[in-house]
Amino acid sequence: MSYDVPREENEVDPEFAGTQNGFPLWEVFVRAQRGLNHVHVGSVHAADAQSATQAARDVYTRRAEGVSLWVVASEHIHASDPDAQGDWFNDSKPYRHPTFYEIPEEIGHM
Amino acid sequence: MADPHELYTFLLRVGDDNLILAQRLGELVSWMPELEEDIAVANVALDHLGQARNVLTYAARMAGPDASEDTLAMERSEREFLNAVLVEQPNGDFGQTMARQLFVDAYQVPFYEALATSSDDTVAGIAAKAVKEARYHLARSSNWVVVLGDGTDESHQRMQAGIDAMWRYTADLFFTDETEEALQQAGILPSFDNIRGTFDDTVSSVLARGLLALPEDPYQRIGGRTGFHTEHLGHLLPDMQALHRANAGASW
Repeated sequence: MSYDVPREENEVDPEFAGTQNGFPLWEVFVRAQRGLNHVHVGSVHAADAQSATQAARDVYTRRAEGVSLWVVASEHIHASDPDAQGDWFNDSKPYRHPTFYEIPEEIGHM
Repeated sequence: MADPHELYTFLLRVGDDNLILAQRLGELVSWMPELEEDIAVANVALDHLGQARNVLTYAARMAGPDASEDTLAMERSEREFLNAVLVEQPNGDFGQTMARQLFVDAYQVPFYEALATSSDDTVAGIAAKAVKEARYHLARSSNWVVVLGDGTDESHQRMQAGIDAMWRYTADLFFTDETEEALQQAGILPSFDNIRGTFDDTVSSVLARGLLALPEDPYQRIGGRTGFHTEHLGHLLPDMQALHRANAGASW
């Protein structure tokens, strides 16, 4: 590999300083077939949305996994607080599940 | 009816473009600047290898009972390869690799579109499958050329250097002689008249979006289509053919 602009070992391009691996992170969602929803499959690093879409195509749909792709800049994902997991999610209330109803005979399987 | 030898020669020109480019791109696997690009370059290399295999397998049917895609790929010497000199050029940096790829893709899309109308069903079928791959390759290489050209000062400088270094090998892509002429007169190949214009439109539009320009130097190196290559093919072939030449007929 030849480079026209010599760099010191481990020198960081100042224009890219502060971003991991030089490029920002994007979350990838793939729709496996028409009628299904897009499902999160992983992430890619890319310079912009178009490049991220192409990287996602190359990395996550090599074996005909999908018919449609979304990419979303990871910085736009807002997540719940991991430390609040117990308060938010572990308070299971069985009566919220629709299991306390008698299903009339004539309905059969639902 | 055209001489089968003419179709054979034409198929070598098409197949060798893809075979040699696949080898060049394969050299980059594990060396690309990003993991995503590493997978992408392998995808593109394998697309070109698949196209080469389809074309050379068909060509081998005209080259005698002992010929196969493997003998054509692995047992010919430098002067017998008929690829355009562009595809044998070294990868250089990422800008040079993408400049070479843009020029190949901008050529292959209209070339395969025309070839898909061939009256030879095998040729038309191969081209119809290949054009879908070529369209994606073009979308990818165009995007990179624009991103790098309209990126940082350094990426712009490297992308322009890549364009400057590769442009002089582009005319060889369009070289035709009595081979294509005979096949066209026999009704086997369609006219290739519009390919150059489409290529020029594609390239100038992509370069404009990337704030890049073609070099002013009008020099063009041709000769690959008749076996006269640049020094680089002679170094590529031993690397590509070493395993087969050391273990003829090996399979796994």
